[in-house]
Amino acid sequence: MTDQKPALRLEGIVKTFPGVRALDGVSFAVQPGEVHALMGENGAGKSTLMKVLGGIYQPEEGRIFIDERETVMRGPLEAKANGVMFIHQELSLAEEISVAENIYLGELPRKSFGRVDWATLYARTDAILQKLKVSFNARTRVGDLSIANQQMVEIARALTVDAKAVIFDEPTASLTDAEKSVLFDVIADLRAQGVGIIYISHRMEEIFKITDRISVLRDGAYRGTLETAKTDEDEITRMMIGRSLDLTRTHAPVDLGPVALRVEGLSCGDLFQDASFEVREGEVLGFYGLVGAGRTEIAETLFGLRKPTAGRIFLKGEEVTITSPIDAIQKGISLVPESRKEQGLVLGMNCRDNMTLPQVGDLTAGPFVSDGAEISIYDQYRDRLQIKSPSWRTTVGNLSGGNQQKIVIGKWLSMRPEVLIVDEPTRGIDVGSKSEIHNLLRELAKQGYAVIVISSEMPEVLHVSDRIVAMYHGRVMREFTAEEVTEDSLIQAISGIEGSAA
Amino acid sequence: MQNDTLKKLVNNGAIWAFILFQLVFFEVAGRWWSLSDSAFMDLDSMLLLLKQSAPIGIIAIGMTVVMINGNIDLSVGATYALAGIVMLDSMNWPFMEAMGDSAIPLAWLFALFTGCLLGLINGMIVWKTGVDAFIVTLGAMLGYRGLVFMYNGENPTYHLNWTMVDFAEADILGLQTPAIVFLAVVLIVWLVMTRTVHGRNAYAIGDNREAAVNAGIRVGPHMVWNFVLIGFLAALSAVAFYSGSGSVNPNDGMLFELWAITAVVLGGTKLAGGRGSIIGTLGGVIAIQLLRRGLNHIGAQTETVNLVIGIILIAVLFLDRQLNRKGAEELKV
Repeated sequence: MTDQKPALRLEGIVKTFPGVRALDGVSFAVQPGEVHALMGENGAGKSTLMKVLGGIYQPEEGRIFIDERETVMRGPLEAKANGVMFIHQELSLAEEISVAENIYLGELPRKSFGRVDWATLYARTDAILQKLKVSFNARTRVGDLSIANQQMVEIARALTVDAKAVIFDEPTASLTDAEKSVLFDVIADLRAQGVGIIYISHRMEEIFKITDRISVLRDGAYRGTLETAKTDEDEITRMMIGRSLDLTRTHAPVDLGPVALRVEGLSCGDLFQDASFEVREGEVLGFYGLVGAGRTEIAETLFGLRKPTAGRIFLKGEEVTITSPIDAIQKGISLVPESRKEQGLVLGMNCRDNMTLPQVGDLTAGPFVSDGAEISIYDQYRDRLQIKSPSWRTTVGNLSGGNQQKIVIGKWLSMRPEVLIVDEPTRGIDVGSKSEIHNLLRELAKQGYAVIVISSEMPEVLHVSDRIVAMYHGRVMREFTAEEVTEDSLIQAISGIEGSAA
Repeated sequence: MQNDTLKKLVNNGAIWAFILFQLVFFEVAGRWWSLSDSAFMDLDSMLLLLKQSAPIGIIAIGMTVVMINGNIDLSVGATYALAGIVMLDSMNWPFMEAMGDSAIPLAWLFALFTGCLLGLINGMIVWKTGVDAFIVTLGAMLGYRGLVFMYNGENPTYHLNWTMVDFAEADILGLQTPAIVFLAVVLIVWLVMTRTVHGRNAYAIGDNREAAVNAGIRVGPHMVWNFVLIGFLAALSAVAFYSGSGSVNPNDGMLFELWAITAVVLGGTKLAGGRGSIIGTLGGVIAIQLLRRGLNHIGAQTETVNLVIGIILIAVLFLDRQLNRKGAEELKV
């Protein structure tokens, strides 16, 4: 394979943003007829690299070669013209128009006076769709298709040009197993035709199933390329995070206080059913499960954002009903939401104002907000959480993910909650800040807070939790103590494998 | 972070730089082309300018609050006319006439109440139906204007009361009543937006409504209050103006909503909400009025004014977009 000339080669790509070297001299090559995995943690630079390839960002240094021809891509259209195609994780299709129009958007075949040549359009599209063996045709409205089929439309779009390289960005995120195998067949076909394929995914089993080689990025730098057949998960993981995963629990069991929150038979329509659990003061309760298992929905119900259809909630032994976030906050339940930027922060506001947002009504002197009271709260939690920000005046949008998350956590800690729920505490946060946040969560439990952590990352759940609740399809499958849990049993529980339920 | 401060300065200072530029430009242009013998701006014309800006200016202040909050109110022009009609017509009611001059404050109250009520209706519909404020207030604009015409057909509504006229034209240090009301509104609303919880929440809701809900802010009632505020200010604007003029034409206040929005946007408030300032809007209002006067001063026809303002508005938004897009890419690490 190596004696062939690469379909796509990158050489010393550098891209910086103010204060961050997002890509630091990245080089690697994809051979024609190869499936090449690109791996790395969130924030390692994968998306930035793809944007450089797609012509959305211009690198400051470095060169891109397609078929060993140096190419400068000034925009998405040039990338396409050079045969670099993307299958995005988030689909970019127009739902109201047909499959054929989506595929040839911007390049519809024409007749005289600019009229669309529908016959040619549908014929060409159907020819491509036949290759993909799909069940819909050129005239189907895209909005009527399932997500998997919409993804097929994106793939079909990639096939309209003479693609040299096709980039799949987390393509299986929302696919069922059957849909996945269709996708893998398509990838195999492309590969047989000599297309170079970059496959971005976090899912190890897929990587081992379909890729030939694996390149790893860490902190914006290229860390090396492995032959898939000659490596294992451990080696890849070590390359990705710079050390072996430390799954051992670093904390000693602490003295637990009384039960802070108890939930009995809580249900919310189709989202989750019959959930029962309790969390004590001084304890971290982990929730683990696949996306859509109902973990976030339970948190949102406890925070008053959803109305339960059945079940009872007890706070410190007293039964409560929670009707709104305001209600939850007053009763001592706080939620650090899953998506920091959309649900947690007011990005245009400064650090201090974000932190004091829920309680600013109590920080007044006469009719006005008291600057001094606000700053003293901000200073206190900045020191306690070690938030790195030039000043309280700094706009929150300019901070790093880890510091943004600390602002959100500080916001709720300053309200002195009984129960702190943290949904995906380290999503989109770099490795260094991750362990800081983990330590912080442990520290909070030690100080007597009842902490609930929801996470999709197994190492995280194993690392911070005293007990772990495994969920599958809206049901609590099993509860583990930190002592008895193993990776295998946890995976079985969240995959709904029979016999694993307690 | 110095970049941050610089951006803020550009955002807030641009409108004042523009005003300064206008003052110099029209002064010089007026003399250079010998189009005018008089100075462009002296103290008296400044004071007059402030008075002339008042009707739209008072409304624009309310519009700033509503727009920072992430909404918009297109019904202010109709509210303005209706409040004016209620005020003048109520003076003709028999029991009011019997009261003599002491009916005047009552008439003002009626007008202000009308404005608050119309604003309340807008706000409640936006809150309870969840329909976009643009649509709700577009409907309200048509509906309230319909009420204006139902009141008195095509005929003007008038009531001349010299005490009221005297009050409207009274001045302190050369500032006439409408200008004083305008400046007082600027000061009070500025304090509300920069120093109070209500102001803080208005920015938070406009920037990220979901985060505001999650922080326990009562978003619906908050927005209703802002609609009541802009309704009140539209009526206050009518009170300040019609007390002096004594006559409401049913077409009065048309396009006021667009002029107010223009001033607000020129002043740096984001259409999508979350950012903006009262002082910026004051600048926007003055800039528009200055432009009208200036073009007149150098002998341009009045018809050209709208064209020039339109071009400037688009140019300003283009500049704003350039500045902020650069910022946005930097953040997207």
